Amino acid sequence: MNATVLEVRDLRTHFGQAKAVDGVSFSVARGEVLGLVGESGSGKSVTGFSIIGLVDPPGTIVGGQIVFDGRDITRSSREEMRALRGRRMAMIFQDPMMTLNPVLRIDTQMIEAVQAHENVSRTDARARARDALGMVGIPSPDERLQAYPHQFSGGMRQRVVIAIALLHQPDFIIADEPTTALDVTIQAQILAEMQKLVAQNNTSLIWITHDLAVVSRLADRIAVMYAGRIVESGPVSDVLARPLHPYTAGLIDSVPSRNQRGERLRQIPGMAPSVARLPTGCAFAPRCPRADAVCAQAVPLFAAGPREHRCVHPLPELRV
Amino acid sequence: MISSTKVAANIQSSSPGSGGMAPLIELNEISHSFGTRPDLAARLAISLKFAKPAARVQAIDGVSLAVRRGEVLGLVGESGCGKSTLGRIVAGIVSPTRGSVSWRGKDMKALPPSERREAKLRVQMIFQNPYASLNPRRKAADIVGEAPRVHGLVGGDLGTFVDEQFRRAGLDPALKHRFPHQFSGGQRQRIGIARALAVQPEFLVCDEAVAALDVSIQAQILNLFMDLRERLNLTYLFISHDLGVVEHISDRVAIMYLGRIVEEAPSEEIFARANHPYTRALLAEVPRIETTKRGFAAIKGELPSPLSPPSGCHFHPRCPHAMPRCRTEAPRLKVVAAGHKSACHLNDAAV
Ligand SMILES: Nc1ncnc2c1ncn2[C@@H]1O[C@H](COP(=O)(O)OP(=O)(O)OP(=O)(O)O)[C@@H](O)[C@H]1O
Ligand SMILES: Nc1ncnc2c1ncn2[C@@H]1O[C@H](COP(=O)(O)OP(=O)(O)OP(=O)(O)O)[C@@H](O)[C@H]1O
Ligand code: SF4
Ligand SMILES: [Mg+2]
Ligand SMILES: [Mg+2]
Repeated sequence: MNATVLEVRDLRTHFGQAKAVDGVSFSVARGEVLGLVGESGSGKSVTGFSIIGLVDPPGTIVGGQIVFDGRDITRSSREEMRALRGRRMAMIFQDPMMTLNPVLRIDTQMIEAVQAHENVSRTDARARARDALGMVGIPSPDERLQAYPHQFSGGMRQRVVIAIALLHQPDFIIADEPTTALDVTIQAQILAEMQKLVAQNNTSLIWITHDLAVVSRLADRIAVMYAGRIVESGPVSDVLARPLHPYTAGLIDSVPSRNQRGERLRQIPGMAPSVARLPTGCAFAPRCPRADAVCAQAVPLFAAGPREHRCVHPLPELRV
Repeated sequence: MISSTKVAANIQSSSPGSGGMAPLIELNEISHSFGTRPDLAARLAISLKFAKPAARVQAIDGVSLAVRRGEVLGLVGESGCGKSTLGRIVAGIVSPTRGSVSWRGKDMKALPPSERREAKLRVQMIFQNPYASLNPRRKAADIVGEAPRVHGLVGGDLGTFVDEQFRRAGLDPALKHRFPHQFSGGQRQRIGIARALAVQPEFLVCDEAVAALDVSIQAQILNLFMDLRERLNLTYLFISHDLGVVEHISDRVAIMYLGRIVEEAPSEEIFARANHPYTRALLAEVPRIETTKRGFAAIKGELPSPLSPPSGCHFHPRCPHAMPRCRTEAPRLKVVAAGHKSACHLNDAAV
């Protein structure tokens, strides 16, 4: 395997009482794609914000380390992080309007984005912007450059944001739900571009998504989050074929194509815990069919080869 | 054995106007275009002939569609083809440039103001972008409780009512005093779902309503939608890119491409015997959980633009079967099997 480009160790990002991220560790190698999936509200986006240094107050990193390219960036200054973002690393936000300014035309924003890190003429910057829009499948890019964000459909806005993230060909990208609003043919086009980028430039990707099917085709490894922690990780095909953590298994069972059409879908019973009041033991225990008294004690990390999980009663290895 | 009273009831309920088979909402030849209003500098440039006036976006181009009471109509299509615009027109948020919308058989525009307000309340929309659709200055509890309170839909205590709405949408009521920015994407989407359901609508426009949810919560919300449909005969226009979800929940599916409906059929029929080349391209690309990493294919052909839609069939620049006629003549929606319509010239050529 290639050299590690990012290492996150025991990251804790809290919003006062709310422990949004509470002890997350993982690493990403150069040219590797990590799929980050899991419960809604489990801290996937906050993990991404922590890495690129954009956690909004009152949120703070209260513990752990983020090492990028051998350098501890956990406490880097705003300026250092700004220099790193754009050129070296980029995040495609779940909310496109975090990237886009609603009162500026797309061309103004994209030209500024190019010129912020590179000394090029306006004409050249504009040409770069147009090519980037074309690459993500925006038709009539020349005309569309003159439009304002509200004049785009949801999926077109997402694609503009992807195009902006790709402008400088960063070698590390965090993509947060980047294709939720795209039809499958255009999604395939974007994913094909991403795969090309990874293959040609050895780019590393963290792909945050709810779409297990996309992860299964795009990612090398998968990490599953629940209530602020990674509860299971490993090579994507192994984890999806033979999940060890009951939460992962519950997720896979809820996918509509694994259910009878028109019948009630299988869902995990109960509700996700509030991150403000997490239990000491396994946070999934109240909803877990395998839970017993042991689960109420702190659960260590179990590792076997490339597979890791946090469950004292993992599912038997051979599950069909 | 079927009793005669039941048969009579069936016949009655299927007669037009009584609500059974009659459409709850009907769209008639709807077209909608957006003009881009040029700013001062642009107007000056245009008047001095340095620039051309900005093109109009033809978002919807002659769409007719009917949704029957208690039915789930899935709406699928390319990104930017006009689904959200169509959803907004159905919900009465946008008035179309051309065409009419009828509610229980009556033209919305012709309704007296009080009935129109009532109809608007009966049709609720869950918006695509959970970030932009919630007022950032209001607490979640107010966002959900406001409309039911104003319209006198809350029987007992408002707090208890709001808690119940939260729980139903899979949200912890303990979070109800937070502001939208303190929630994750999927949590915000559930606030939007709770808000729409709280006013007890008859018709729900779901615009990518479950896209930001993990599959387990997605299952919970889809089960809730199906329960409400069974218990209250709730009707849905279900806009989604997730064909697995659409197949699971819809009775009928309409496929849209660049402002037009290109195919419409019962759900089983469309997934078993898709007729239109665009529908077939969609179905071929549906990702499934795979055991090995596999490449994705880039789009062949050119993506058309709603700023200058291609002539003839809008799909012809991408269609593997395009013939000369496809470039000049727009195919009309024609019946290809019982309840199954498609707009493709290949269906004529086949005969
Ligand atoms: N500003 C804030 N104040 C308090 N809590 C917050 C704030 N921002 C996020 N949280 C909480 O932190 C947790 C993690 O949020 P995050 O956005 O990372 O979830 P996520 O895994 O990305 O979920 P989704 O899939 O729904 O987008 C959530 O429970 C959320 O309510
Ligand atoms: N306010 C507006 N001003 C100008 N053009 C607009 C406006 N809103 C939408 N459009 C244009 O209308 C077309 C249809 O947009 P719409 O949002 O209905 O698409 P959609 O099918 O919902 O797409 P998506 O799947 O990406 O959400 C797009 O080309 C879009 O750019
Ligand atoms: S009408 Fe022609 S271009 Fe359009 S889908 Fe049919 S074959 Fe393809
Ligand atoms: Mg998120
Ligand atoms: Mg839309």
